[in-house]
Amino acid sequence: MSVAIDTIEHMFEYGKMASASATLQTVSPSTVARAPQLLGSQVQGSQARGSEVQALQDRIRSMQATKLEHRLIPTHPAIAELLPGGGLKQGATYSVDNSATLIMAMLAGPSRAGSWCGVVGVPEFGIEAASTFGIDLERLVLVPNPGDQWLAVTAAIADVMGVVVTRPPKRASDGNLARLAARLRQRGSTLIVLGSWPQSEAMLSLSESRWSGIGEGHGHLSARQVTVTVSTRLDGRPRSARMWLPDPAMEFAAVASAAIEGSGIDGSTIESSETEYLRAV
Amino acid sequence: MSAPILAQHNTVQRSMVLWIPDWPIIAAIRIAPPNSGASGVSAASDVPLALIDRGLVFACSAAARIEGVQRGIRVREAQARCSDLVVRPYDQQADQRMFETVVTAIEELMPGVQLVRPGIAAIRSRGPARYYGGEKPAGLALTTMLDELGIAGSRIGIADGPFTAEQAARTTTIGTTGGATGGTRVRVVPEGESAAFLGPLPIGLLEQPDLVTLLRRLGIRTLADFAALPPGDVLGRFGADGAHLHALAGGLDSRPIVPHVPPEELDVTIRFEPPLDRVDQVTFSVRASADDFIQNLVAKKLVCTSLRVEIGTELSDTRPGDTEPGNYSERSWLHPRSFTASDVVDRVRWQLQGSAEVDTGLRSGVSSVRIVPEAVDAIGNHEVGLFGAGPEERIHHGLSRVQSMLGHEGVLTAVVSGGRTLADRQTTVPWGDRPLLPRKASEPWPGQLPKPLPSTVFPTPHPVHVFGPDGEAVEVSDRGILSAVLARFSPAASGRDVREITAWAGPWPVAERWWDADAARRAQRFQVVDDRGIAWLLVLQGVTWSAEARYD
Repeated sequence: MSVAIDTIEHMFEYGKMASASATLQTVSPSTVARAPQLLGSQVQGSQARGSEVQALQDRIRSMQATKLEHRLIPTHPAIAELLPGGGLKQGATYSVDNSATLIMAMLAGPSRAGSWCGVVGVPEFGIEAASTFGIDLERLVLVPNPGDQWLAVTAAIADVMGVVVTRPPKRASDGNLARLAARLRQRGSTLIVLGSWPQSEAMLSLSESRWSGIGEGHGHLSARQVTVTVSTRLDGRPRSARMWLPDPAMEFAAVASAAIEGSGIDGSTIESSETEYLRAV
Repeated sequence: MSAPILAQHNTVQRSMVLWIPDWPIIAAIRIAPPNSGASGVSAASDVPLALIDRGLVFACSAAARIEGVQRGIRVREAQARCSDLVVRPYDQQADQRMFETVVTAIEELMPGVQLVRPGIAAIRSRGPARYYGGEKPAGLALTTMLDELGIAGSRIGIADGPFTAEQAARTTTIGTTGGATGGTRVRVVPEGESAAFLGPLPIGLLEQPDLVTLLRRLGIRTLADFAALPPGDVLGRFGADGAHLHALAGGLDSRPIVPHVPPEELDVTIRFEPPLDRVDQVTFSVRASADDFIQNLVAKKLVCTSLRVEIGTELSDTRPGDTEPGNYSERSWLHPRSFTASDVVDRVRWQLQGSAEVDTGLRSGVSSVRIVPEAVDAIGNHEVGLFGAGPEERIHHGLSRVQSMLGHEGVLTAVVSGGRTLADRQTTVPWGDRPLLPRKASEPWPGQLPKPLPSTVFPTPHPVHVFGPDGEAVEVSDRGILSAVLARFSPAASGRDVREITAWAGPWPVAERWWDADAARRAQRFQVVDDRGIAWLLVLQGVTWSAEARYD
């Protein structure tokens, strides 16, 4: 037994080390650019070690998890990459920090795939924007003013809808939250909370939003690049990525890494091979 | 060639046609009596009233006619001729509905009534003539009955075939003194004399303007001239329509009178004696009747897609001063597919509960519940597929449950409609109801916002403050010139939380519906990006800035 614990502790340590080195590499692109020449011989070894670490981490997570394995619902690939588990999980709760566009980006995938979406307690949900971002209005149900019964209404909507968006007007008691979580798990519905939520699978937030197409008194808003950051309860290290939310063609997409520093819309993909390298680690 | 026409000779029926002159006016007055103004002395029928259909006078009352108002003139001209004219839109459905009551009254007197159009009804005259001892007494009986109903001025024509009878009714004259003498209100054209009666009448009575114009140019000015043409030639030259009109002109109207069939009774009425005062008691009692209601529809191969629930209540003794015998609630319910018995019970329950919580008592005892199908459809169109109707059924049940918690308007679906402002472009509809779009989204709508659209649209725009580089308020002149560039703005009404503006665009003017003082809107729109990277849609109306939406 003690041997097993020792092993797990070692894994932890190892995992931490690996992740720390990964963050170091991501923050300094110059290091990364030099990496192939300097560390060429070490790449293969580190990759193999990385996958080993990944496998071990997954095993730890499965031992720690309080829930059974989840099935994923179709999610937009750009967001799915950031989420723990590689997509929106059925029966899980996600919280989004004050961005309706990000919520629409999360709803677009499931809605395109045919699931029904419910929006509870968000009277300012932009319907036309939702339809341009690919949410099928025929399968969108709004309960703008649930009043005091928001928890009961959210639970009732979650019974029949695949994805439910809600904004809690006040903090619910832990017992009620646990009951709602159990119901979500049983029905396999995904809850997206606008605001904070104590037991969320992941917390999504936007930062460094940069609009293009608009100037000092001319043009109009045409596209936006943002950094989407996902932090989870289990893993202390937040993951973030630069995304088009939306791009000039009204689609959501990940920004090629070169375009982050570039001038935006016509960003090139010269360093895409190095992006691949970064992802492998 | 003339064989079919000859065959028709034998089938001409003696017909009685009832004509109520100015029926649309009578119907309009019966639905809502016009306010006779400050004088108050004149009766409702003496008010000059005109009904307008598509900008033209469709019908006018006798008082208006005296002033020179005619059918077919424009509203403005009618108002110029008669300055105190009461103008109302013509409501064809109300017209029809009111005439139904007349038809019902006639049916009590003599069976087999055909509703030709509102104001005109045809009856086979053989039976009533035998019963009342002659055609004229039968007609008089009918006019007397209508006078008792309060419908004055009805006239009757009796002749061979409905066309001739209608012309006979129109040629009756009522003396200006003592209109009820009756002698001239019923005109009987004896059997076989229809052609002689119709002969001198102008050709314009045939309601087919193209043919009438052509006939006039051919020198045919009366019905007798037309009837004198050989039937075979008319059929060859003018086709079947022409041959039919030729037969009419000759007094050989072979159209049979098709009696009006009363619609089948599908509604269910449940009476409670003594009245019930608890929702669960009422719904429990309604359950069996709802089953019968649905079974009855199914037996007729119908399903109900829309129904009306009428609940009659007795006021409880706590309000003795109220003289009204019963309180009454009525509303229509739609169903996305078709009602089942339990859906019907649900609708009754929701209506009883109103927006109140479950398990509340009723204010007064329920004495009756009536369930009326408003729209039915053939059952074949609503058959469940071989593998069931899929997940939709489950969703409908779930949402109905939320509706029972929050009320019918609590659960909405959304549709994009037409318009320039964001509020105009989104329309919400309660779950289960059909969307009624006031404006079409498919039309171009120049001046609408470019994409991407804001993801947060405030239900009510909230006031903001916008400042120029020196902290002054920014305005837009009538010529659309900005007083200063946009430098800072505060999204709070209080003016705190001032943010730098990093980029902006505008002003984009919108001047909408300037012809309608209530709906007119003149505004300047701006897109503004603040230093946190959040973009806003700001609107300047007059000197007031407000935030309409946020791109977050």
